[in-house]
Parts: sequence; C-alpha cells; structure tokens
Amino acid sequence: MPAEALEPSQSPALLVVEGVTKRFAGVTALSDVSLEVRPGEILGLLGENGAGKSTLLKILSGVMPPSSGRIVFDGVEFAPHNPQDAKRLGIVTIYQELSLIPTLTVAENIFIGRAPLGPLGLVSWRKMEEDSRAIIARVGLDLDPETPVSALSVAEQQLVEIARALSLESRLIIMDEPTSALTESEVQKLMSIMDRLRKDGVAIMFVTHRLEEASAICDRMTVLRDGRLAGHLDRDGGPIKLPRIIEKMVGRAASELYARPTQRDVAGDVRLSVRGLRTVRDPQAPHAIVLEGVDLDLKAGEILGVAGLVGSGRTELARAIFGADRIAAGTITLDGKPIAPETPADAIRLGIGLVPEDRKHQAIFATLGILTNFSIAALGRYSNAAGFMTERREREALASYRKTLSIRMASPEQPIEGLSGGNQQKVILARWLARDPKVLIVDEPTRGVDVGAKAEVHQILVQLAERGIAIMMISSELPEVLAVSDRIVTMRRGRITGEMPGIEATEEKLMELMALDQKQEATP
Amino acid sequence: MSSTTEQAQRGGINVARLLMSFGPLMFLALLIVVFTVLKPSFIDPINIFNIMRQISITGLIALGMTFVILTAGIDLSVGSLLAFCGMVAAVVAKGGTANTLSLSTSGTQGYGWFAALLAAVVVGALAGGVQGFAITRLKVPPFVVTLGGLTVFRGLTLTISNGGPISGFDASMRWFGTGLIGPVPVPAIIFAAAAILCHIVLRYTRYGRAVYAVGGNAEAARLSGLRVDRILISVYVIVGFFAGLAAFVLSARLNSSEAVAGIGYELTVISAVVIGGTSLFGGIGSVGGTVVGAALIGVLQNGLQFNNVSSYTQSIVIGLILILAVAFDRWLKSRVRR
Repeated sequence: MPAEALEPSQSPALLVVEGVTKRFAGVTALSDVSLEVRPGEILGLLGENGAGKSTLLKILSGVMPPSSGRIVFDGVEFAPHNPQDAKRLGIVTIYQELSLIPTLTVAENIFIGRAPLGPLGLVSWRKMEEDSRAIIARVGLDLDPETPVSALSVAEQQLVEIARALSLESRLIIMDEPTSALTESEVQKLMSIMDRLRKDGVAIMFVTHRLEEASAICDRMTVLRDGRLAGHLDRDGGPIKLPRIIEKMVGRAASELYARPTQRDVAGDVRLSVRGLRTVRDPQAPHAIVLEGVDLDLKAGEILGVAGLVGSGRTELARAIFGADRIAAGTITLDGKPIAPETPADAIRLGIGLVPEDRKHQAIFATLGILTNFSIAALGRYSNAAGFMTERREREALASYRKTLSIRMASPEQPIEGLSGGNQQKVILARWLARDPKVLIVDEPTRGVDVGAKAEVHQILVQLAERGIAIMMISSELPEVLAVSDRIVTMRRGRITGEMPGIEATEEKLMELMALDQKQEATP
Repeated sequence: MSSTTEQAQRGGINVARLLMSFGPLMFLALLIVVFTVLKPSFIDPINIFNIMRQISITGLIALGMTFVILTAGIDLSVGSLLAFCGMVAAVVAKGGTANTLSLSTSGTQGYGWFAALLAAVVVGALAGGVQGFAITRLKVPPFVVTLGGLTVFRGLTLTISNGGPISGFDASMRWFGTGLIGPVPVPAIIFAAAAILCHIVLRYTRYGRAVYAVGGNAEAARLSGLRVDRILISVYVIVGFFAGLAAFVLSARLNSSEAVAGIGYELTVISAVVIGGTSLFGGIGSVGGTVVGAALIGVLQNGLQFNNVSSYTQSIVIGLILILAVAFDRWLKSRVRR
C-alpha cells in the first residue's frame, strides 16, 4: 500500500485512490491523482474551478469510471457501475443540488425504496417514524419526521441527507460544497456535526472553495490544480494555514493560457456608478444571496474584473444593475444621470447589455437559428416601421460579426445548439454589439468555452473596451480576471471586499480578499 | 477535429430539420395517393373542395393555436369560445335571440353580417386577452386557465341562447359559409388568406421573431429585453380572434349558431398543430406545418368516410396518427440533440 507516501496514521486507509486519470475526447480532466481517506478523519479536497474536483467526485460517486488508475475502498477494488452501486458499496456523495424529494416527508425520504414492512407486507409507518427519529437525532436534528422536506431549510435538508447516508451505513461521506447555501450559524452547526461524525469513525471528504472553513475543520487536505495533484497538506499541530493552501492552489506562474495584455491607457469618464446597492431578501428563498450595499464605478473603455466565489453576490450585482432583480435601496447612475431599470428591457434601452452566466438557460434559444439568436435584442434595428424584419440588413450585420468575431458556423439558419460553446458565446456577444451598448456586463464569459476560444473571447472583450464600451467582467477564474482586467474588485457575501489595479493583482492577493470574512470587515 | 464534428452535427441537423418540415407533407401526399387508388373519385375537384371547406373551420382556429403552442402554451377553450362567439354573432346579426328561420333577405331587425363578424372577432379576442392576462399576471398555467375557460364560455353560450340554437341569417351572411368564388368555397378562401397572413407575420415580422423567442426560452427572451408577458397575452388574443372568425364562418355555413357547436374542437385543432410539427414545448413550428396538419386530418376523415369506414374507427386512426406524429417529433429531436 502506498501509505508511506502520506503522513503515517494510526488506522489504515479506508479509501485509496491511486494514479487515477480521466480523459474526455482529447482532453485530460484528471491526470494521475492519488489520495487517501482514513476512517475518522475529514479530508479537504480543494482546487480552483476546473482543477478536476468534480471529475474526481463523479468517479468516486459512480457517475463515470476512470480512464486508468486504481481505487480501493475498504481493502476491495472499487468499481461502481452507477451511483446506486457506489452507495451500496458505502460511499455516499451529497451534492450541492440536494437529491431529496420535496413533496415527501423526512421519514419517507430517509427510507425511500426500503420502507420497513409490517407482518402483512405493508409499510409499517410507525416503525418508519421511530427509526427516522433516531436517525435524524444522530445529526442533531430535532423535528417531526412527518414534516415534508419542502418545509425544511437548505441546511436542514442537508442534514437529512447526511442522516440518510448514515442510515445506509455509509463509511465515507463526500460533501460537495455543502456550505455554499448556508448562513454563518448553519455552517457552524454543520461543522460541529462533521466533527461528531469524525469522532464516530466516519470518514468525510469535504470539497469546498471556502478556505477558512476547510482550514478550521480538515485534518488533512488534498489540493488539485489543472487536473493534477498539487500536493497534500497536513495539520501540523494547529489548523492548516491559508497561505499554505493558497500557495498549493495557485502554484504556478500566471499561466501560459492567459497572456497578460500590456497595460492600456484607461482615461475614460465614469460611465456607470453604483452607490449603496442592496437587493430584496425574498422570504421564499431566505438563503439566497442579497447585496448588502455595493459601491462601484465603471469607466468608459475599462474592463473591470469582479472576482468572487459562487455565492459572493457577483451575479446578483449584475442582475440588479440590469433590472432583472428588484433593488431594495441604493442608486445607479449612467453617464451622470440616475437610472432605475425595473426590467431588463429598461436597462437595455438605456444602453446596458448582459451576457448571463448560464448560457443554456438564460442566453441562447437552443432550437432557433443563429440569425434570430443574434438579432433578438435589436429587433427594432433590423425591422422597418411596419414591423417587418429587414432581413437583408440583419444578415449583413451577422455576416460582419461573423468575420470580426470569427464565429465558426454553417449558415444563419443553423440552430445555435449545434455550435460549440465558444461560438455560441460569440453569437451572444454579437447580440449585444448589435445594440452598441454603453455598458456590457459579462458573467463568466468563458464558462463551458474551450481553451482556444477562451483567449479569443478575452481578445474580443479587450477590443470592445478599446472602442469605449465600459465592461464589467465577472469570473470565478482568477487567471481570466488577471488576464483582461484593468481594475479588479473582489466580492464576498454581497459586499465589495477590495479593489486594486489589474497590474498589481496576483492570485494570492485576490484570493485573500475573496476569502476575507465578514467578521474581519467593518460592519455598518 | 472540432470542425469535422461540427460538420457532422450540421449534416445531422439538416436531415432532421428536413424531415421535420416535410415529414407531414410526405405523409399527406401518401394518404392522397392511397385514397385515390382505393377510390379514384376521391381526387375529384368536388371532393377536394369539400375537404377544404371541412377543414377551414378548425383550420382557422389551428392558425391561432400555432401562435399559442409556439410559446409553449395551450388553449383548451377554443371549442367553447367558438360556440360563444357564434352566439354573439347570431344575436348581433338578428338583433336578438329569437329563433326564426325566416329566409327573407330583408325585414330582420339585425345589424347585418359585418356587425356580426366584428362582434364575433372582438369578443373572441377579448376573451383570449382575459385568459392571457390570467396566465401572465395571476401565474396560472395556460392548461388550467383555458380548461376553466372551456366550461365558462360554454356556460355563457347556454345562458345567452337558453340552450337552443339561433338560426336564420340573411343571404349576405350565409354567403361566407356556403358561397363559392369560381369553384372554390368561400370558407376555404378565408382559411387560405388567413394562413398566408399568419405565415407572413410569423416568418417576416419582428413580432413573429419574438413569438418564437418566447417559446424557445422565455428567460432568455426576458433578458434580451422582450416584453414576455405582452407577447404571451397577444397569442391568446390571436387564437381568440380566430375562434371568433371561425364561429362566424360556421354559423354562416349552418345558417344557425348552435349552443353545442365546437364541442371537442380543441382536440382536433391541437392535433392539427402538433401533427404539423409544432412542438408543444415551444419555439419550433410553422404555419405551413399547421396547414398540412389540418389537411392531413381532413383528408383522413374524408377518405375514411369515402371508404365507408365508421366514424368510430376514424377516431381511432386519427388518435394513433397524433401519437405517432409526436413520437416521430421526439425521436427526431433526440437525434438532433445527440
């Protein structure tokens, strides 16, 4: 066993991952990754977006097999055919999107597919309720097992999932970003339950972005970077310190993928100015992120990078400015004039465009042709007073963007779903360019875009800025933020936590600001 | 490498698209050939015009339904709304609810065919607007709103007419149902003109683009600046308008507005649209497809009748065709998505 490669431990490893590699048609998502989890410990699995965490998770939870490498669980070769198989073998994965059935009760969810039967072969509801009560007590939940799951908070639902995992006699629980939707106090509670499970001898793999949380609870950490093992970290008397983690996560020169542009001269006037922006807390979704007073200036011709983790409020900021979400307080001014867009249509008329983060659900019309996808925000420009499309002009405009943005497509009628992610994104960019926006907000502009096209999208953004458009670029990929931003702000929990010129920024500095806890800030 | 896979995808999509748009048409041609072989008189112009007259009523509503289904909506109320609009037209044409079968061209106290037509389409459009409002503002799903509408409009119809028909219109009104221009029945001409108009609207106007966009992805449409609610309301206004127009033509043809008119029409209409390749999930479909779908049902009904197949069996055949059409549609889509 390769135990000597790691810190020696009193108990033998429960899970051993050895040289696991996963390739997808030409792309290596995971390359030669090894790690161990022992009973009664919490292993943190860390890495930036795209580091390979989710690929590894999918392999361990039986969603897909590795291309090569070996996984041993409890001394036996572990090769699940599907997620049910993985569960039966003793590894339960709890995803960000919870898998409980909201209309069923807590007890029904815990015993789904294996309800205790009475003497006549009928479901014994009494036994089910009693057993459920005992099971959820293990995770510190004190609620009626007859409660429908839809009435529970996200945190409670998570605990129910953990309880269900325990009742299945899982010996390894993998938690994928469990704290991203929780409040501070719920996080504390989850941590204490994780601690209790650890003492009971359960092994936990904690996959997270949140470095302080990982630092507070993990016994050891495995850090991935670019699909490879960046290293293992051990608790050395005290908690693993943040700088050590960050060093492992970043660990590279700014990256070959993103060439830093030469510093551009940005002397434009302030285009968009946001002061004290707050959004409404929806009582239906008490855990959703709200803005807690955001101040921001965006200059003409500037690319402002907004760095923040999932749940930092960066997307909410974009949506609030764009009129897609309701604003509770604060002012927005555009070219010195106060504006109050109540719908995206209002914002668009004022000259603001938004390339949303979820291209498939929020941007493209999958079944419609590229032409309609391109012109949909500028129908007025490509139609006459009678309401008829002036299709020749529309096609000419698309043809010209096709050339300047090098969109690779077969014909204007081709459904956009047939294009690659990068080409789809270029069509969406063209959609806004057709309106000549004053402000363009791009949210995760290269998500789901392959490496080559990423650089192209970055170039396009720089060119647009040079034309005087004020660009706000939201991204969770720090190399991307560093590559194109003239100025960078960081966000966390609905607030701006820092600002610096792009030229001075480094991944380490940004990550510290993004991870900066609310407690460390001045609370108004 | 990526360019070859893209090319392969393109090819796949084009073949599938082609089938999607021409599949129903090929099936229609096949049916016509089969029925003609079985009984050559099927292809006689008289019979063909007869079929055209038969399909024009549900066909008109199906044009409006195409707009609705393109937005991923549905309108189950059209049969009842047709009866209601027909009754309104009759009351206006006759100046009351008296059920007199007087065929005299003069001497009635009504307001004439034009007022009747106007009343029918305005009431239809308003009724559609109210349903559209309930769908967008009260956030009740279209299925439920229009299911309610189905019973509400039927009840209103029965209330106005006290359960019976209102019959006996003057010749100028009856012409719209029974007249001919050359050899062609007037209802068929109205249907054809309406179909061309709808095709132009959906294919060549800003509004048409918006309808497809809302059906293709309502959230993306909103984030692209479209007034999604307004567009949704408008499609229910359109289908209501066509229910009113169809009601006028039907009343003119039968020389009577029946309180029980249009029962079950919603199913024929939706079948025509769906068989014509319009996706119930929105964003895909065309007026041409709907015309073919309506013709397909008309040819099937007429051809089966021609060959003395009972109406019970017709029902079975049309139902099976509907299911097969949608199964084919889904299968094509699964191929496209791969």
